[in-house]
Amino acid sequence: MKKTAKPLDKRFKIAHREALIGIILVLINFIWWYGFAYGLGSTDVHNYTYIFGLPAWFFYSCVGGFVVMVILVILTVKFLFKEVPFEEEEGESK
Amino acid sequence: MNWAVITPLILFLMIIFAVGFWSNKFVLKSNSFIEEYFLGERQMGGFILAMTMVATYGSASSFIGGPGIAYTQGLGWVLLAMAQLATGYFTLMVLGKKFAIVARQYKAITLIDFLKERYKSKTVVLLSAASIIIFLFSSMAAQWIGGARLVESLTGLPYTAALLIFAFSVLAFVIVGGFRAVALTDAVQGVVMFLGTLILLVATIKAGGGIPRIIADLAAENPNLISPFGAERTLTPAYVSSFWILVGIGVVGLPQITVRAMSYKNSKAMHSAIIIGTIVVGFIMLGMHLIGVFARPVLPGVKIGDTVMPLLSMKVLPPFVAGIVLAAPMAAIMSTVDALLILVSSALVKDVYLNYIKPNAKDHHVKKVSFSVTAIIGILVILLALSPPDLIVWLNLFSFGGLESVFIWPVIMGLYWRRSNKYGAITSMILGMGSYILLDRFYPNAFGLHTVVVPIVLSLLGFVLVSLVSQQHTAAIEIEK
Repeated sequence: MKKTAKPLDKRFKIAHREALIGIILVLINFIWWYGFAYGLGSTDVHNYTYIFGLPAWFFYSCVGGFVVMVILVILTVKFLFKEVPFEEEEGESK
Repeated sequence: MNWAVITPLILFLMIIFAVGFWSNKFVLKSNSFIEEYFLGERQMGGFILAMTMVATYGSASSFIGGPGIAYTQGLGWVLLAMAQLATGYFTLMVLGKKFAIVARQYKAITLIDFLKERYKSKTVVLLSAASIIIFLFSSMAAQWIGGARLVESLTGLPYTAALLIFAFSVLAFVIVGGFRAVALTDAVQGVVMFLGTLILLVATIKAGGGIPRIIADLAAENPNLISPFGAERTLTPAYVSSFWILVGIGVVGLPQITVRAMSYKNSKAMHSAIIIGTIVVGFIMLGMHLIGVFARPVLPGVKIGDTVMPLLSMKVLPPFVAGIVLAAPMAAIMSTVDALLILVSSALVKDVYLNYIKPNAKDHHVKKVSFSVTAIIGILVILLALSPPDLIVWLNLFSFGGLESVFIWPVIMGLYWRRSNKYGAITSMILGMGSYILLDRFYPNAFGLHTVVVPIVLSLLGFVLVSLVSQQHTAAIEIEK
């Protein structure tokens, strides 16, 4: 078994944090998607409102949700993700 | 024969071949044949990584089967398809840097290498190899069939001839070029898929007289088509939501995707791949499925869902442009099939042959074995595809769910839970695969959820319980972090 040295732990800490961010993002994505789709879409079709010709539930849930997620993903990657080396430590960490 | 449509397709194939043979140079030059052939020497940059993930994931079902169902079900199916947006960022974020680092430490080239090092168990290796081979075979057959159907509908050739043309053109570049050829052609194919979606979406909206008009036509025909519940109101929120497991987060457990998560160069590549991947996968899924729905007023009365997309392209686009757009599903299918092919081949050569049959094989010998195994698998799948079943999407989803229930927990827990051990992994793999097959046969869609949900929950419980219990007995065995 390899011993885990200090610099390795640090990289894993970053990795764990980022995995957690991934989970949070997917939860936000799901809630947004579900909330608009079934929140607005469950009424009778005759009462639907429309945005750019699409039913409002669909516009917010699928089109809006897509745009919002892209923005969130860009922001998290730009500001919360850190660059770490993948293999440099090989020599010292063994 | 419609040459105006076929010419762009032939051009597209030529480009793909050129890339494949160019990659062969790397295969011949490389110091480590195995790492180059099955992993492209971990050299993928951000754009290539994003595109190869999207293209591998986006398959016949995204371009042919999916839009076909959207045509019958309406906007509810587009809603369901949007669960796939998560694949763009979730897989890379969750497997993420930890997987990249650990895979390098282990010198893992395949997903199975990783599991082998992590769990130190022959049973785990053989179970993984078996499930990859079984499930991906059926998945490849489904893709092969989709590709052949497409060539058939475009050229008017008989199914068998179409299948052979399609299959041999894929085999040619995969066999000579290996993973690098697969990834590079995936990038070309990803771009084609993106452009094809864009062109067809715009043309369909124009042909239908604008979005408000199309939606009004749909509502007039059947109001449910523009509700989230599907044409017959059969798509319940629970069922649709459960697709987040099948085609969203469960994708983490797909070996053809995970292997890509260890192929990239550095964290910069991963960061840009997350952004590009999310945009591209979201656009393609939203676009293609919307096209399926919008096709309904433009092209009423199509009986076989799988033919909606080709028929529509021919109807709303000038022939030459239709050819370019129809290269998109071709690209999607080829890029999925090639990834599966190289993966099954790596499972056989690297994980079974080199591990257990001939560990000391010389590079030269390995090369010969790799080329021929890849070729033989390809040909076997062609034979399977000669008598094809009807709806591609379900066949494809079967192997999807099966692989996910087998691999998701051994991979995730192996990375993030220190106490996971081989007993837990074996239990969870057997439980996952077994319960998925049984439920699929005898009790599909339990609790109104997609069949995949219960096996994934069961295999998690099995994994945790057995890991904890067996640990008390083997407390002396050190568990790697």
